[in-house]
Amino acid sequence: MEAIEKIKEVAAQAVAGAQIEIVNSTPAAQQPAILVDREHVYAVAKFFKEDPRFQMDFCSCVTGVDYLAKGDKPGFIEVVYHLYSVAQKQGPIVLKVRAPRELDECHVPSLTPLWRGCEFQEREAYDLYGVKFDGHPDLRRILMWDEFTDHPMRKDYEPPADYEWEPTPHDDTLQRAVQEGGIMPPTAREELEKAKKK
Amino acid sequence: MAVDEGLKSELQKQGIFVLPFEQLYNWGRKSSIWPLQFGLACCAIEMIASAASRYDLARFGAEVFRATPRQADLMIVAGTVTKKMAPQVVRLYNQMPEPKYCIAMGACAISGGPFKDGYNVLKGIDRYIPVDVHIPGCPPRPEALIHAIMTLQRKIASQSVTGEHLRWYDKHAPAEYAIPSYGERDLEPPANREIWHPPRDYRDVTLDEVKKA
Repeated sequence: MEAIEKIKEVAAQAVAGAQIEIVNSTPAAQQPAILVDREHVYAVAKFFKEDPRFQMDFCSCVTGVDYLAKGDKPGFIEVVYHLYSVAQKQGPIVLKVRAPRELDECHVPSLTPLWRGCEFQEREAYDLYGVKFDGHPDLRRILMWDEFTDHPMRKDYEPPADYEWEPTPHDDTLQRAVQEGGIMPPTAREELEKAKKK
Repeated sequence: MAVDEGLKSELQKQGIFVLPFEQLYNWGRKSSIWPLQFGLACCAIEMIASAASRYDLARFGAEVFRATPRQADLMIVAGTVTKKMAPQVVRLYNQMPEPKYCIAMGACAISGGPFKDGYNVLKGIDRYIPVDVHIPGCPPRPEALIHAIMTLQRKIASQSVTGEHLRWYDKHAPAEYAIPSYGERDLEPPANREIWHPPRDYRDVTLDEVKKA
């Protein structure tokens, strides 16, 4: 397969107006990816699937990645697609698309109409990261129960307070136990009283 | 129930066995513990190995794994109990006929194990159903499961079959355990307070309590 710069060039020619960028968020992996804007990602993916030079007939992996805000840069949720061609025995092309972290704005187009195998994996990304895939045929939770409201793989997810198993809570754990009123064994209660006196 | 040991021995030589009915009854119960055929994770593989020829759980009369809770005496909670699975585990336990027993097999079933800090794993099945034997290990070897069965057999042998002090003879004792429901963030309630209490450190035991005990 061609070099990543070449792939980017070909895709940019094929899809007019697409903002395509080469990113390498994990240099150790030595696997640069193609970042496409949300409006054009479907067209670019369709191009990779149908163009005879690529024939990416298999989407092996759909992943969410949460990036928190860093300095002035706002945070975002990234969806990563790994595309392979079984017909031409080549790949992967790593396709990325980014959406804002805010839940009501966190939308990306679904690629399930192109690759049926994305269906469950996009449901998983929705369940754990809260990314809404527009055009997905059946966007429901897949791992957590339907009544669940959080998205637990987000970095700002707070697990439910549950300190019973912690025999000697201290520092942050103790502070949270105090605030959220979990049941504590007597050692913790003594610590708590000491902390209150201070 | 005192039978003269010498007489007992003499009668045995003639093929006559004299023993309390309770002992005979419990011998029958403890020698035919039918477990529920129910595995949740990797511990189930060790449970299967225990039942297969190499470890041969049949020696203890516990090899008849039943595919329905209606015919089972023992629930071996073999593996990680996720919060999504927990209500079903409690429901299955409720469906078993009394007298029923529960073995929590492996680190996950007794405490959440390596996943206890996760958002989706229950921190021990004893939060919702009473557990008779806990086996630590990740996973426990078949010998450990066999040891748990033997421990349970000792417990069964020590139970009295008459009298009011057994739960299943008590008219007012609850026959079912509350099934938790799926909440917005966690299971509701996070533990059944009637049967589960937070663990206590031995260093917290007061001198008065020791004197009372």
